[in-house]
Amino acid sequence: MSAPAAPTPTTDPTLKSPIVRVEDLVKYFPAGSGLFGRSVVHAVDGVSLAIQAGETLGLVGESGCGKSTLGRVIVRLLPSTSGHVYFKDTDLTKVRGEKLRRTRQEIQMIFQDPYASLNPRMTVGDIVSEPLRNFGVARGRKAEQKVQEVMRVVGLNPNFVNRYPHEFSGGQRQRIGIARALVLNPTFIVADEPVSALDVSIQAQIVNLMEDLQEKFQLTFLFIAHDLSVVRHISDRIAVMYLGKIVEIGASDAIRDRPLHPYTKVLESSVPVPDPDIEALRKPILLKGEIPSPVNPPSACRFHTRCPIAQPICSEVEPPLEMKENGHFAACHFAGQL
Amino acid sequence: MQDLKVQFFVSGGTVNAVDGVSFEIDRGEIVGIVGESGSGKTMTALSLLRLIPEPGRITNGRILYGEKDVAQMTDEEIREFRGNEIAMIFQDPMTSLNPVLRIGFQVEEAMIAHQRFSNKQAKERVVPMLQRVRIPAAKDRVRDYPHQFSGGMRQRAMIAMGVSNEPSLLIADEPTTALDVTVQASIIELIRDLSRELRASVILITHNMALVASLCNRVIVMYAGRIVEQGPTRAIFKNPQHPYTWSLLRSMPRVDEKEKERLISIKGLPPDLGKMPPGCKFHPRCKFRVDRCFTEEPPLDEVDPGQRARCWVLMKNIANPEAQAQT
Ligand SMILES: Nc1ncnc2c1ncn2[C@@H]1O[C@H](COP(=O)(O)OP(=O)(O)OP(=O)(O)O)[C@@H](O)[C@H]1O
Ligand SMILES: Nc1ncnc2c1ncn2[C@@H]1O[C@H](COP(=O)(O)OP(=O)(O)O)[C@@H](O)[C@H]1O
Ligand code: SF4
Ligand code: SF4
Ligand SMILES: [Mg+2]
Ligand SMILES: [Mg+2]
Repeated sequence: MSAPAAPTPTTDPTLKSPIVRVEDLVKYFPAGSGLFGRSVVHAVDGVSLAIQAGETLGLVGESGCGKSTLGRVIVRLLPSTSGHVYFKDTDLTKVRGEKLRRTRQEIQMIFQDPYASLNPRMTVGDIVSEPLRNFGVARGRKAEQKVQEVMRVVGLNPNFVNRYPHEFSGGQRQRIGIARALVLNPTFIVADEPVSALDVSIQAQIVNLMEDLQEKFQLTFLFIAHDLSVVRHISDRIAVMYLGKIVEIGASDAIRDRPLHPYTKVLESSVPVPDPDIEALRKPILLKGEIPSPVNPPSACRFHTRCPIAQPICSEVEPPLEMKENGHFAACHFAGQL
Repeated sequence: MQDLKVQFFVSGGTVNAVDGVSFEIDRGEIVGIVGESGSGKTMTALSLLRLIPEPGRITNGRILYGEKDVAQMTDEEIREFRGNEIAMIFQDPMTSLNPVLRIGFQVEEAMIAHQRFSNKQAKERVVPMLQRVRIPAAKDRVRDYPHQFSGGMRQRAMIAMGVSNEPSLLIADEPTTALDVTVQASIIELIRDLSRELRASVILITHNMALVASLCNRVIVMYAGRIVEQGPTRAIFKNPQHPYTWSLLRSMPRVDEKEKERLISIKGLPPDLGKMPPGCKFHPRCKFRVDRCFTEEPPLDEVDPGQRARCWVLMKNIANPEAQAQT
């Protein structure tokens, strides 16, 4: 008899009905050729996680750590190097043809830059209805009706269908992107920094809209952002990424109250809050050095070159992403000790 | 600065980018200017240096620096003044660094250009300057080019160039907006330390209220080219009187959020500066407006010692603002 396997983030016992399961997902990009042959960017390097139906999983980490790449591989905008992405038990890395088309209809993406992600030569109506045409779901009168309906849902005046993206503000363009993502009635949406490019007062409009839509259509979100405050607000659970790996994942509250990984602790301590009394007392933990290159990531624990509590073992043995508390995973030999 | 007005004369008419802005900054004080993009923060700061780009012009106001009036200076005087008294740090350090020159050389040139130091002194000061802004292994890195530096290091190099002449006023325009939060934290610490070491005043321009809470003694809130509220940081955060300030503070999610509360969003958009609404410029978006707001623009009046707000109503006169704002 073998001992039961230890839980992984993919088999997290606290998730009753995961809709997305990512297993050991790897995405490398070629990075030209070096002295020892071709080198690669380890953009996503062995990520495992699961997303519960109807929840928002937040994904945070510094610029270049692989958040967008992970999101794009999950929705299959990019092919994976290895590993699996299961959506409702279908392995997206394996399916082809009609089955893939049907599954992809349920999975949509919203992008960071509301300027670059909309074709400037298409009208809003054409942009929003494009997925309907691509997937052969509806055309003509029926497509028009559907477009008007989603425009109303995201708070855009349906009379604007014939206008072009440049006639809209940043927040309105982000609404257009959301309308396009909603038009196929998806169940799962990857939102890659949907509010990062917007002014604060507009950010709140879009965050509130996404929360309303989630409730109304029982959507599941993977919400990517580098701003921990926004992620904290919108997410039920949070995954923290560093150099291509998830270093901690757990309930949003648990990560705020008991961050276990030193990198999470550093992030938490670095974010200012709009309260001068709290700010007078906050002491950010400043990191030494630079974020290392994902072409030659450090050995074993990738954070060891900057970690304030690193020990010799940290550069020799890679710490597994283990469950330290119920539903709270961290990859650190000295979890909770900073 | 008294009653500053900056106008852009464009083909469609006149844009009042800054309209009637007045404020003072004491020696050693750190003042935050906050507001959304387009509210006139950058233009206000640039006018302190008389650096308004074409087709813009300062059309009104006095800018006194100690006893000197910046508006009256000759071109020669203003150049000297910019180099010796004021340093400016921008959001994107890449636009201010020359990509084909070594970092060390650029810091050295910045010192020589303003003639405070001899060539020899300047050369000797380069490495200590880079160390002062905490660039690791500064001795080895002076020979690097800007692209070999990370975003945070480039911002440090810019700050080194700015403070190498020991200016008495440092203007930082969105200095950390392009940076990761861990890097932001270290740049904010650096600015705090330098202001103390140099006994320099700092103007921090940002859209991030939390950064202001962390660094500034005083806050100026701008909307549509005007100051709508100003006062000591604590008063502005604990007791904001202008509906725009109040809403901004509640529209930001907080990292220490315990109970999930719905964010207060400000409906609509800031006005187009070419087509300004009559009355209070915030009235089309304001949840607390009264009849008078549609026609008469309120003055920036004192509401508490040191705190001023441009509003007919004021938040202290509203019974249950949260409920009213969510409608
Ligand atoms: N097409 C590509 N070819 C080569 N390298 C790439 C490509 N796309 C991304 N990378 C690299 O992969 C790594 C992860 O990039 P990714 O865009 O996923 O980061 P991110 O976490 O989304 O960062 P940001 O917060 O800046 O958006 C980076 O080092 C990036 O330079
Ligand atoms: N070259 C220009 N021509 C016309 N209008 C300009 C120009 N530069 C700035 N403005 C206007 O001046 C206003 C204030 O700009 P700015 O001070 O840069 O705002 P902020 O720094 O608060 O984002 C904006 O509405 C902008 O459109
Ligand atoms: S494993 Fe070691 S280096 Fe890595 S985070 Fe934990 S203590 Fe730091
Ligand atoms: S003056 Fe009126 S419209 Fe303007 S901020 Fe005050 S209450 Fe709102
Ligand atoms: Mg990204
Ligand atoms: Mg600006």
